[in-house]
Amino acid sequence: MSAIVILLLGLAGMALGYFIYSKFIAERIFQLDPNFRTPAHEFEDGIDYVPTNRFILWGHHFTSVAGAAPIVGPAIAVIWGWLPAFLWVIFGTIFFAGVHDAGAIWASVRNRARSIGAVTGDVIGPRARSLFMIVIFLVLLMVNAVFAVVISNLLIANPSAVVPAWGAIIVALIIGQLIYRRRANLLTVSIIGVAALYGLILIGPQVPIVLPETFLGLPQNALWIVILFTYAAIASLLPVWVLLQPRDYINGLQLFIGLGIVYAAILIGNPTVVAPAINPEVPAGTPSMLPLLFVTIACGAISGFHGLVSSGTTSKQINNEQDVRFVGYFGAIGEGSLALAAILATTAGFATLAEWQAVYHAFGEGSVNAFVQGGAAIVANGVGLPESIAVTLLTVMAVLFAGTTMDTGIRLQRYIMQEWGTIYNVPTLKSIPIATLVAVGSCVALAFGAGGLDGSGGLLIWPLFGTTNQLLAGLTLLVITVIIVRMARPMWFTLLPLAFLLTMTTLALLIQLVNFYNNGQWFLLFLDVVILVAAIMVLLECVGVLRKHLRENAATRTAE
Amino acid sequence: MTNGDHHDRDNPHDENRRDTLRAWLDQARSVAEELYFARYRSTIARARRDQDDLFMLLVFSEMMGVPNPATYYTLELQPLLLERFHEWHTRMGMDHSPLDHFRCC
Repeated sequence: MSAIVILLLGLAGMALGYFIYSKFIAERIFQLDPNFRTPAHEFEDGIDYVPTNRFILWGHHFTSVAGAAPIVGPAIAVIWGWLPAFLWVIFGTIFFAGVHDAGAIWASVRNRARSIGAVTGDVIGPRARSLFMIVIFLVLLMVNAVFAVVISNLLIANPSAVVPAWGAIIVALIIGQLIYRRRANLLTVSIIGVAALYGLILIGPQVPIVLPETFLGLPQNALWIVILFTYAAIASLLPVWVLLQPRDYINGLQLFIGLGIVYAAILIGNPTVVAPAINPEVPAGTPSMLPLLFVTIACGAISGFHGLVSSGTTSKQINNEQDVRFVGYFGAIGEGSLALAAILATTAGFATLAEWQAVYHAFGEGSVNAFVQGGAAIVANGVGLPESIAVTLLTVMAVLFAGTTMDTGIRLQRYIMQEWGTIYNVPTLKSIPIATLVAVGSCVALAFGAGGLDGSGGLLIWPLFGTTNQLLAGLTLLVITVIIVRMARPMWFTLLPLAFLLTMTTLALLIQLVNFYNNGQWFLLFLDVVILVAAIMVLLECVGVLRKHLRENAATRTAE
Repeated sequence: MTNGDHHDRDNPHDENRRDTLRAWLDQARSVAEELYFARYRSTIARARRDQDDLFMLLVFSEMMGVPNPATYYTLELQPLLLERFHEWHTRMGMDHSPLDHFRCC
């Protein structure tokens, strides 16, 4: 099967989704009103509430939601063959993610641009709101732990990326200083920054760095994980303009350039997809596709994390309510196209089926490194870059994504810790260093607790991360559905995705529960039970609140 | 300088092209600036507001019973900060000045 055909089919599907389905949702269900005074205008303060051009806002929204997750998920899920992953990404983007992301922005815009957690409190109740906080905390905890393991694996597999990946931090630091202290022209600075980053990528293969096998009794993986968390803790304490802001900016540029290179290489080289459409001989120990596919690929098909971005920052900057469709739905399409690139890289980037099977010899293997290896082969073939440089390029891309998410994730976790310190009156937890230490400590514990000291099994928590992320998406969809029901509009377009998600998530949790029990993985078992309890509570909230509103609607109709 | 160069410089087409290029570069710069700053505008503005609040409280500290060795110098800043003081107490959820002997509005 030609990769171009799959690529074009995927893009065409998503384009149809945008032009037809999103139009229907925007006009009939959300009924976006160009005359509605958005919070950006109503509360305009030049700080939080700023009416922003929709293209700029889309750029921010997209780069905030796109990270390493839409690469990791599909890169693991292609073990069942490329077709299931492809279908879930495309249909997920069209019917789930687009509606969810645009819906979260819309719900927030209609509720004074408050965060979806706060809207949950208003629309459903305080219990659902607490549930929301717990699920958010779990998502952050897992995302930080998983990404540390992902980065450490990547840096060990591709030592040529160590210098550019860490060098990017120095480039970002210099850019931040140039902009704020010297007020340099941003266009010039961007060009210098990107040139410096790509210069580092070019010299990377000449100066590979490998950590000692063991150091102070810690194996290589563990050492990288400790270094990464030390870095993330320091980075999260720095003012945002020093590191996070320039780093995000360079990452955004790199995202567009990298995605462009991969897509161009596929179009020029037209590689063949060697992986089977549906893998007839999945390796032993691979869980069943039916529920697990839908939690393995979260970002790229639907992800609750997007709702946080949508309602936290994006909604405060919406200039016209009709922009919700472009920013939210098209943002989801951007993410879907990243996941599509990941699917193609991991299935068409290998010379033969045997080579592909050798990489995907067990569940959780392959992963991002398969994306890097496969993508590099495609880029080397299509654009003519030397393979060592292509490998470095893609590794740096993945590491930068995961790294920035970790910076932000640890920062957010610290905020939650401090908030808990205030709510439950624990003064020590309110202090910034201690809150950071607790946040980082819990992530380190999870990274090592899940997979042992070598961190090799860290990716085992990936599907658990997926389930938590889907639960969050479920909660957001529930809020949107309730708002729609209150307005007496058709609820099926959000209720069906919600029902599907909750069913798959609960099933996946139950199946994993049995597996963890059989393998004696008690730590993961404990996590699974916690998430399962949260899932059941979400389910009960759904049934309860929907029944109440449907009954009220029926009562008003009879009264009329 | 040759005649040709002179001719080129006066050519209205070239002028136009230069203007278009300049306009395009300006636009690219403003897009880049928006992309750089918009996402963190609120975080940075808030950090700045916190610092300004601290400074204002230092200026008004004597009124709240906190001894300030620099009062002699900060006294003349007080009228300048009155607007900020009003903005601060309304932001803190107090309709009027919290200080009995210092009426603001």
